[in-house]
Amino acid sequence: MFSSLGVVLAIAVAWLAIGALGLVRPRNLGWVARVLFPLGAVLGFALAAVALGAIAEPPTAAVAPLGLPDLPFHFRLDALSAFFLLLLGAIAGGVSLFAAGYIRPGEGTPPGLQCLWYHVFLAAMAFVLVADDAYGFMVAWESMALASFFLVTSDHRIAEIRRAGYLYLLVAHIGAIAILLCFGVLQGGTDDYTFAAMRSVKLAPFWATVGFLLALFGFGAKAGILPLHVWLPEAHPAAPSPVSALMSAVMLKTAVYGMLRVTFDLLHTQVWWWGVLALAVGLATALFGVVFSAVQSDMKRLLAYSSIENIGFIVVGFGLAVTFAAYAMPALAALALTATLYHCLNHAYFKSLLFLATGSVLHATRQRALGKLGGLIHRMPWVAWLALVGALATAGLPPLNGFVSEWLLLQAFLFTPALPNAYLNMLIPVAAAAVVLAAALSGYVMVKFYGVVFLGRPREERLAEAHDAGIWERVALVWLAVGCVALGILPVQLVRLIDFVTGPLIGKTLSEAAARSHWLVLAPIDPERASYSPFLLLAGIAVVTALAWLAVRQFYHGRIRRAPPWDCGYPLLNARMQDTAEGFGQPVRQVFAPFFREERELPSPFDAAPRYRVKIEDPVWYWCYVPIAAIVEKLTGLVTVLQRGRISIYLIYSFGTLLVLLFLVR
Amino acid sequence: MSDFSWSGAIAQATELLLAVLLAPLLAGWVNQCRAWLQNRTGPGVLRPYLVLRKLVGKDAMIADGASPLFRVTPYVLFGCMCMAAAIVPTLGTDLPYAPVADAIALVGILALARVAMALAAMDIGTAFGSLGARREMMVGFLAEPALLMVLFTASLISQTTSLATVVDTLSHKELAIYPSLAFAGVAFTMVSLAENARIPIDNPATHLELTMIHEAMVLEYSGRHLALIEWAASLKLFVYSCIGIALFFPFGISGGGEALGLVLALPALVAKLAVGGCLLAAIEIVSAKLRIFRAPEFLGTAFMLAVLALLVHALLES
Repeated sequence: MFSSLGVVLAIAVAWLAIGALGLVRPRNLGWVARVLFPLGAVLGFALAAVALGAIAEPPTAAVAPLGLPDLPFHFRLDALSAFFLLLLGAIAGGVSLFAAGYIRPGEGTPPGLQCLWYHVFLAAMAFVLVADDAYGFMVAWESMALASFFLVTSDHRIAEIRRAGYLYLLVAHIGAIAILLCFGVLQGGTDDYTFAAMRSVKLAPFWATVGFLLALFGFGAKAGILPLHVWLPEAHPAAPSPVSALMSAVMLKTAVYGMLRVTFDLLHTQVWWWGVLALAVGLATALFGVVFSAVQSDMKRLLAYSSIENIGFIVVGFGLAVTFAAYAMPALAALALTATLYHCLNHAYFKSLLFLATGSVLHATRQRALGKLGGLIHRMPWVAWLALVGALATAGLPPLNGFVSEWLLLQAFLFTPALPNAYLNMLIPVAAAAVVLAAALSGYVMVKFYGVVFLGRPREERLAEAHDAGIWERVALVWLAVGCVALGILPVQLVRLIDFVTGPLIGKTLSEAAARSHWLVLAPIDPERASYSPFLLLAGIAVVTALAWLAVRQFYHGRIRRAPPWDCGYPLLNARMQDTAEGFGQPVRQVFAPFFREERELPSPFDAAPRYRVKIEDPVWYWCYVPIAAIVEKLTGLVTVLQRGRISIYLIYSFGTLLVLLFLVR
Repeated sequence: MSDFSWSGAIAQATELLLAVLLAPLLAGWVNQCRAWLQNRTGPGVLRPYLVLRKLVGKDAMIADGASPLFRVTPYVLFGCMCMAAAIVPTLGTDLPYAPVADAIALVGILALARVAMALAAMDIGTAFGSLGARREMMVGFLAEPALLMVLFTASLISQTTSLATVVDTLSHKELAIYPSLAFAGVAFTMVSLAENARIPIDNPATHLELTMIHEAMVLEYSGRHLALIEWAASLKLFVYSCIGIALFFPFGISGGGEALGLVLALPALVAKLAVGGCLLAAIEIVSAKLRIFRAPEFLGTAFMLAVLALLVHALLES
């Protein structure tokens, strides 16, 4: 009888083996894409199945005979790990299937090498989720960062992509340093770096706070919270689409996993203002992300900013959970944490769906700029209709999955007046206003994304030759879209699953309230207080829609006539008269003008060859990164005073050092 | 889920049918009031029904480049609005369908309808369609948070987001005055004007394409599709009026499931709607349409008022 942990480790090792097999015939597309990637997908689905079973099991631990002498790797599988492994497996399965149809030879890195890095990336994420000591965790964490760096720079011949990869690596390592320091604080002087030892250490409040802040910073750098988000909009467009999907859907969630692991498992107590800090940072991230995603004109940058927004929501939920937990209100902490975990899974599904759909569009049209797409619903019906599911889910609309977690989060906000702190219970409901604003804006962003790419008329003639996605890609997209719908209409079942996670972390679950309600109706606290049943809602809308359709058909007629578009009688309509991405983003640019750093060049009305240019930049660069870079440059400038390039001076330095050392050691 | 009862089911069915059948009448009444206030004779309150009959009988013209999305949207829109009408208590609060969606989900349904409409408007690829979609979504992202904040205020007062329970609580409390609800009421009125494409944000009777929002989105629709969209729009007005009544003037809505209460609630509802329609017409008469880029100021004010309502509730009433 194999333990679940053993199976999980075996799957991770098998991923590594598949990666290595890619090197056997690195340029043979049939071998890499048609054999290895589907094999990896099967392993992904197997991992999801094992993790699904393991959520309800008691934690199991193991020590691997690997690692440094006296420093073996510890592994542990508990409900929190199992939940994130489920996410990893389900998404990796879909993305690998997609990659089987997506990979083309001839662009940068050969397919076999991409296969290696891809599977190392997957395995490293699995190891991150089951690591039970700081050493194993950091090894897996760094392998994950490096593997994804090589994936991001697949097309390394393009300078821009190299720059994006460098930025990504830089931020990843600044974050990793903070995480390392965090573990150093958490071990509390025992010199034992296993998580089991950290759990038993009772830290002084000051050191606990330092540990939390380091974790928030370090994992926040990977998750992309403000102001550490700068790598996301650069790295996502640079990476191949399956890799963007994996990074956005799964890798960002490993950072959330880390925050939850440190805050609720390794640290004993929580302090209320940690939660408020996380809440504030999360709100800023969510608003910033969505406002910027509304003005993007590159498909993948738009989605990257939208990922920043969603990470903001997740961090908001996390902050609420910490605050409630700190005030010893476990039922409400469980509600907020459930919303957080639910949103992690939702975001993984809909964002990977959208990233993969942009991948299909990219391959079919060779075009990433929104302004040169359009009308693809006619040419690529499979991709378009499945992407519609993803776009509606991202917009947070019922009855799809994005709405459920948003609903749970807002419910958690509505309970904040119960907090025993006069300022918090007044201010936090107001923070809900910002959450709602961000959620409403995400609807705007998705209408822009979907409307400009898939609807309307093709803006370029070449788009008429676009072809729909192949069978592998279709199966992957269908799997992810079905996930979005299923998570949306059957929330009670998923909440029961999440209860196994919140139980050990918080000590309370939502089951007691859920048990009193119907299996179709989600009532997290009390059915009298709030309830939501997406399945019945969908059924209601469907029945009324069908009745309306039948009634119109029955009593009247179903005749239609085709005609050219009317457009108020304007005869010279062409595709360039539709809104472009810039045009659609214009209201947001105007309403949220202070957010942007904008450069605009407008042509004069008499210009024969008018050029219109607008450049929107991230102000965080100028507030935060440019000053830091200037300071670093100044400091290095001071160091160069020492470096004169004359050998006699260097010999004097050596001599001086020697003297000082002799004096000290004496 | 509350226990199923036949009287509840009957109340639910009556309420939904009443909403679907009365909604065009409310639209007609508002138009008639507006005509009277402008010293015109007016088309008569039954005109919307005649328009619907005429439209349904006509062939539907569909533009060449339309995808199936374009043809499905009117039905989806109608379905969403019916569901919204089903969960807002108008006659009684014993509604078996009410646990399906609470106040937050109601806002979600309205957002779904808006997004569907905006996507359909962009489907043909005309200049006015995408212009309308963009403006509608702008009004949407400004109005939706304000609406939700208004509903939050009511939820915090009654400790629930279930609309039926909110109405039960508000109508059965002894006559206490909530300053927060006053702020919320003003905010809600402003949001309703914007969401229902009324002056000062939009003009339902406009003939100038460049000033349109809602009308620009439906320019390409005709025949039965247009009929359904018009019907859905009047249902939306009806739903918003009923939300306003339920939150701010819930007196008269029957609490239990007894038939007498429901029968008595009907004239109360009609009277309130008639007065509400008059007031809406009066607001439209005395205000001028704002430039589109003044709309954020208008809706920002509504948002601020709603947030203020929340703060006032936290400061004075808890």
